[in-house]
Amino acid sequence: MGFTAIEATAGTASAQVPSHARLLAMHRTMVGIRQFEKRVRTDYLARRMPGFTHSYSGQEAVATGGCAALQPGDLITSTHRGHGHAIAKGVGFRTMMAELYGKAAGGCAGWGGSMHIADFSLGMLGANGIVGGGFGLAAGAALAARFLGTDDVTLCFFGDGAMNKGTFHEAMNFTALRQLPVIFLCENNQFAQYTALERTTAGALAGRGTGYGVPGVEVDGNDVLPVEAATRAAAARARQGGGPTLIIADTYRFYGHNVGEAVSYRSDAEVALRRRQDPIPRFEAWLQAGGILDAAGCARVSAEVAAEVDESVAFALAAADPDPDTALDHLFAPTRAVWSLI
Amino acid sequence: MPLLSMGQATNDAMRVVMRIDPTVVVTGLDIRWGGSFGQFRGLYDEFGERVLDMPISEALIVGAAVGAASRGLRPVVSMSFVEFALGAIDEIVNQAAKLRAIFGGQARVPMVLRCADGVIRSAAAQHSESLEALFAHVPGLKVVAPSTAYDAKGLLISAIADDNPVIFLENKRIQPTKAEVPEGLYQVPLGEAVVRRQGSDLTIIAYSIQAVNALQAAEALAWDGIDADVIDLRSIVPLDVETVMRSVRKTRHAVVAHEAWTFGGFGAEVAAQIQEALFEELDAPVIRVGARHTHNPFAPGLERAVVLAAEEIAAAARRVAGRVRRSDRRAP
Repeated sequence: MGFTAIEATAGTASAQVPSHARLLAMHRTMVGIRQFEKRVRTDYLARRMPGFTHSYSGQEAVATGGCAALQPGDLITSTHRGHGHAIAKGVGFRTMMAELYGKAAGGCAGWGGSMHIADFSLGMLGANGIVGGGFGLAAGAALAARFLGTDDVTLCFFGDGAMNKGTFHEAMNFTALRQLPVIFLCENNQFAQYTALERTTAGALAGRGTGYGVPGVEVDGNDVLPVEAATRAAAARARQGGGPTLIIADTYRFYGHNVGEAVSYRSDAEVALRRRQDPIPRFEAWLQAGGILDAAGCARVSAEVAAEVDESVAFALAAADPDPDTALDHLFAPTRAVWSLI
Repeated sequence: MPLLSMGQATNDAMRVVMRIDPTVVVTGLDIRWGGSFGQFRGLYDEFGERVLDMPISEALIVGAAVGAASRGLRPVVSMSFVEFALGAIDEIVNQAAKLRAIFGGQARVPMVLRCADGVIRSAAAQHSESLEALFAHVPGLKVVAPSTAYDAKGLLISAIADDNPVIFLENKRIQPTKAEVPEGLYQVPLGEAVVRRQGSDLTIIAYSIQAVNALQAAEALAWDGIDADVIDLRSIVPLDVETVMRSVRKTRHAVVAHEAWTFGGFGAEVAAQIQEALFEELDAPVIRVGARHTHNPFAPGLERAVVLAAEEIAAAARRVAGRVRRSDRRAP
């Protein structure tokens, strides 16, 4: 099962374009991620925000296309660069911004911050500060779905850097062996932290599934439609018991590894060239050409979303800090009396 | 009451729990074939695919257990030798232990990692270690180390019922030791030490195999007129500080014994807590005994020179009690 053969499957699936309502929702999500990250970058560089943060700007098509292809009960695992995944899975600006500001009203009550955004109620099983940390979690979530008899699919987002973790191969082998309902979606943003892909990685990324019998699909990660189509096809396959699919979405990180870093390892010319493939103007041009959303509509969405982001910052700034007396909470869960006799 | 070995007792615990709770699954290497101590024998026949063979992919085994636990299963994972768990140390420390905290209490991670530890018959350095101090040091992990078949069953049931990751350490040398074990469901709570022997002169605090040796040492000490309290901690996280302090307040002398290296071992934590709480009431420094700080050698004579034996616990106790014999002196 080679990865070229499967590209045809994705091509077939891409024939079914989502409804206009869904396309508009995808557009709003992409703009939302961009605006959210823009504001986070500003506030972080102004030293108003604690901790470390990793900007998702430039990669919006991957999170948006991936999550748009899922059913509401489906699950995702995320990465240290997880804001886009969270927004695309439906996590609100307020709960996220409050978390980034370390407030009690944050989704993780101020315990996680940027690298640990999570909302289990929405199937967002957490951003994860360990590269490749999502592989085992996704395999386990898929295993639980199998045992509990649900038809939930788990979408595992990870980067090209994580492709060289042993856990990638361990998870591919195990989920393929057991035909578990999981999708491995690699967003190849060309850099493992500061180091370029060609200095760290041998061979073709999509080909890495072949040895495990896992189909590999390559998509343009700056085009939301093929990402959505490939993920939808992979989800259908997973739900029918067909096992995992490996999707490689080629994209580009607009900024450095972390916000505030001085980027010395790539040229401005390279960045400028790559920015021409900015997924948002590309999608907007497509929407406008199809008469789905005109230029004024695009501007309106942008303004509305920017206002929502500003409002979320006001909410976060007004929110209370966590009570220092709660610093030892959340270490252990109180054990419930399921069949406990104690 | 049936007389069961520790392996049979934990096997019974698995069977009892899996019959009442369909979310309990077992994963790990070779478990379908029974496990090294019979602790999984027959489970596949009764529970089928809930007893899930895994590839030799330790990181994935633990990572998947964390993911499955956070979605509502209660995985019991056999890591075989505790050294093999080191292949998953990232998943144990960065995922299992932290998931609940970093997500602000959203996640529950009810899972048990069963690991065989301790020296046995020249297994050499990569199959002989006791690594509880490493796990106990990390917040968010509970650490259990039974010394009897009765406790092994009751503690394992409590570990599976617990909504947090539990490292369940099974000393290899004492697995065949038998005890009367009740049928059906019962629990030994995590974080409750037990006083195995009542004495008034000195307290020996131990767990796992060295709790067995501590009892032997106490019998030898009785011949010298030293009457020892022996405390079996049973779980080191949570730690039953109260039982330890109650005893040491009474005896004013304490020895802490474990199979692991003395240097940086869990005994240092216990000794430090005792002296912080009871410095004024102690009649002698608290002494720790354990393995010497090197890797367990292969040759039987070398192995004996490194691992802690009951006589050394007794010798340490005599030192604490101020009744040293010439034969008690040994290079540290």
